[in-house]
Amino acid sequence: MGEKLPHRTPPAPTPDPSTRAFWDAAREGKLLIGRNTKTGKAHYPPRPVCPFDDEGEVEYVAASGRGSLYTYSHMHAKTPYVIAYVELEEGPRIMTNIVDCDPTTLRVGQKVRLVFVPSEGEGQPIPMFTPAEENPGHAHA
Amino acid sequence: MSIRGKACIAGAYEHPTRKAENKSTAQLHAEVALGALRDAGLTRADVDGYFCAGDAPGMGPLSMADYIGLDRLRHVDSTDVGGSSYLLHVGHAAEAIALGKCNVALITLAGRPRSEGMATGTAPRAGNPAQPDVQFEYPYGAAVANMYALCARRHMHEFGTTSEQLAWIKVAASHHAQHNEHAMLRKVVTVEDVVNSPMVADPLHRLDCCVISDGGGALVVTRPEIARSLKRPVVSVRGAGEAVKHQMGGQLDLTYTGARFSGARAFEEAGVTPADIKYASIYDSFTITVLLQLEDLGFCEKGQGGRFVADGNLISGVGKLPFNTDGGGLCNNHPANRGGITKVIEAVRQLRGEAHPAVQVPNCNLALAHGTGGSLGTRHGSATLVLERE
Repeated sequence: MGEKLPHRTPPAPTPDPSTRAFWDAAREGKLLIGRNTKTGKAHYPPRPVCPFDDEGEVEYVAASGRGSLYTYSHMHAKTPYVIAYVELEEGPRIMTNIVDCDPTTLRVGQKVRLVFVPSEGEGQPIPMFTPAEENPGHAHA
Repeated sequence: MSIRGKACIAGAYEHPTRKAENKSTAQLHAEVALGALRDAGLTRADVDGYFCAGDAPGMGPLSMADYIGLDRLRHVDSTDVGGSSYLLHVGHAAEAIALGKCNVALITLAGRPRSEGMATGTAPRAGNPAQPDVQFEYPYGAAVANMYALCARRHMHEFGTTSEQLAWIKVAASHHAQHNEHAMLRKVVTVEDVVNSPMVADPLHRLDCCVISDGGGALVVTRPEIARSLKRPVVSVRGAGEAVKHQMGGQLDLTYTGARFSGARAFEEAGVTPADIKYASIYDSFTITVLLQLEDLGFCEKGQGGRFVADGNLISGVGKLPFNTDGGGLCNNHPANRGGITKVIEAVRQLRGEAHPAVQVPNCNLALAHGTGGSLGTRHGSATLVLERE
């Protein structure tokens, strides 16, 4: 057993015209992913042109916020943090941080849930993840 | 059409400096350019093709041609795929030579991240906001070391790879570096030394990482007739392959690299298999980089890399696949944070029989050099060369 990670305020992103909707949705507690209207295939990071199929339009839809830990690294920086790829219930594996956790108890495959952490400056919320309550490993904590 | 047998590496030069406090980056490019031309027995007046990448200051070939004094260029290529650029450049130079676009191609790399105090592996870089991935990665503290750590963790999870197995890669590099007077880390280390070194990005320790060094290197690629007219042993480009791998819209899989594709392409063009290779230069930004690429190049099965590298199998004179006999990026140098050109240079030394006697592979007539550029954890370029001594 180790200790819980200290709080880290992430740097703010610089939205562009194609991602403004993504960051606006984050202010409302939603994580948007791209979905092809014809094939239904989801992608991330969301972009107006589908990376998979030439046909169909892209719509931005909210992810459920449920996922599992694909891989992670505990970065031993001055302010330590855990960087990870989380596999969303909808399929895409997305880069993120695992917050509010004891890094020594994390395991690949465990369930995680979406949270938002305000970034530097104006506090733009950043989608991140934390171990889900139903995590069986929690019983050992 | 194939480039097999259409071009040779006639000159190779590695800058001896590891800390260039009193030299500029452009100066280092010029010094390695002249070094490689001298090695080949050629001069600047012979150069009609020039290749460089993102480490070349200014507007790539324009600034460098001006500064170095290359005034007969009729073919330039500044394709930047990070540290793999210079291996890709050898392939592209061979293509240009085969098509008659140039006769003598010069490739340079140089940089001074050590003198500039760059925290290469651990500091997240903000980058250009127009780069579409930056806003989805920079806020999370993505840095070089933790991106490779993500690959290592997943490999451990899927295949049971251990930190001790990864450590063997550093151990092998250190056994080679002890014989290289220019290497930054010449002390032979043990598996225990590696796994007991401070954690940087779990599961990667400090000694799982390459060095940060100044320096550079250059290569001269020519048509075979010219190479054979010179006084150096002839090293022929037998096959070249390149690939790009990325996050694939979220369908990423960190258990393999672009080497799976660039390696297969190079082997197919060369008409040989991994079992034929006597010596391999394998990009070694981190220990996990080597392990993943060895699997993807076909030196062992996917998932078996940990067993393959253990017990000194990569040590020259001890194991089955001598690798990075100059000490590699893990112990020797990693100029401009790009280890591609030094991979080709040591392969050329081995094929010429000019490696240090303690690490020279006997009768080394077929070698592989492989590079990765960018990051295995996000998006990377991959370039593989199969080289042969005539």
